[in-house]
Amino acid sequence: MDGQIIIAKRIARELRSGMLVNLGIGIPTLVASYVPTGVAVYFQSENGLIGTGSLPEEGMSHPLLTDAGGQPVSALPGASTFDSAMSFGLIRGGHLDLTVLGGLQVDELGHLANWMIPGKMVPGMGGAMDLVTGAKRVIVAMQHTAKGKPKIVKTCTLPLTSLRPVDLVVTEMAAISFPQGRATLLETAPGVTVGTVLEATAANLVVPSQVGEMAF
Amino acid sequence: MTAMKTISVEDAAAMVPTGASLMIGGFMGVGTPERLIDELVRRSTRELIVIANDTAVPGRGIGKLIGAELVAKVIASHIGLNPETQRQMIAGTLAVDLIPQGTLIERIRAGGVGLGGVLTPTGIGTVVEEGKRRIEVEGRPFLLETALRADFALVHAFLADYAGNLSYALTGRNFNPVIAMAANTVIATADHIVPIGVIAPDHVVTPATLVDFLVANG
Repeated sequence: MDGQIIIAKRIARELRSGMLVNLGIGIPTLVASYVPTGVAVYFQSENGLIGTGSLPEEGMSHPLLTDAGGQPVSALPGASTFDSAMSFGLIRGGHLDLTVLGGLQVDELGHLANWMIPGKMVPGMGGAMDLVTGAKRVIVAMQHTAKGKPKIVKTCTLPLTSLRPVDLVVTEMAAISFPQGRATLLETAPGVTVGTVLEATAANLVVPSQVGEMAF
Repeated sequence: MTAMKTISVEDAAAMVPTGASLMIGGFMGVGTPERLIDELVRRSTRELIVIANDTAVPGRGIGKLIGAELVAKVIASHIGLNPETQRQMIAGTLAVDLIPQGTLIERIRAGGVGLGGVLTPTGIGTVVEEGKRRIEVEGRPFLLETALRADFALVHAFLADYAGNLSYALTGRNFNPVIAMAANTVIATADHIVPIGVIAPDHVVTPATLVDFLVANG
């Protein structure tokens, strides 16, 4: 299975009916394609929409119905639209059950850096800082390494997105959570050993005596 | 309710002087008053300060102002999809203030509703905190983020009536009704202008009294 699909499918298992969920661009967007049967969640686009549906069919897009990247989306029956103050009120105000975001680095305390690489990439934080600060639960979807270098590190060297620690990191190799504020190996991907994960990780990872295998 | 006289897009853009600060509606160009922007580009109104969510993409919405090098400073949450904004920023010809999206819209909202600012947890312990006051409220830390206002708000609605009442469609709403509260002069364009009374009171999002000038269609 493709690494990105492993990540998306594993995160999709965290969805529960009735949740309000915000998906970032990139791998997080893929999660919407793997919502388990029988689970109905509301997806929010921070540009002002709850009830975001799939990519519209040919001829069914509307220039005033887009996602946060400006790309056409559909709105499911029962969808609602609102302004940006309301949208971020939902995010900061504790009304958003889950956000799934991409990551550049996560450190062993669960701090996320995902919005800039000084001197190289300065796109702006967009909604990321509000999402990580305000959502009830934060999941990071990212590749385990970048060009062979670990992205799960002792201390983030890139500028932080928030001091609020994330709840779960899912990569193509492992799922890592932060009980008692320490990075802990929760599961490995099928066919990946604990040793392989540790080799690709720069953070001190707590390894419990039993590490499960990701199920989808 | 009294009808307001609509004005031409040429007359509307002519009100904006060199160096004006503009709040501009839209999210990645969706819900942006394109005709006003086209006219500002045609007139080549320079040294603009633009306050908006983003700078769209080259050739679209605010991206046109950036491309024509008419902007001296941008206050936005995201510029990542417009390489030209980044090029001018790196070249030092364009100042860019990046602000978390939820903080930016609340600073504008505060400016429009008579508040000095807002207290937000967003940005605590990050580079966003630099130079700002941290205030504890009941044991929780917040950043003091001050209010933002502008000389002009350039608003785009889906429907306007001839009194100036506005309603918006789908994700075209975004920053528009919030900036319509926070500028000294509010200029609105709309996809459709309808007779007074056609927009039901419950469906008016921006009341007519907030709109100073409505740009005629066609």
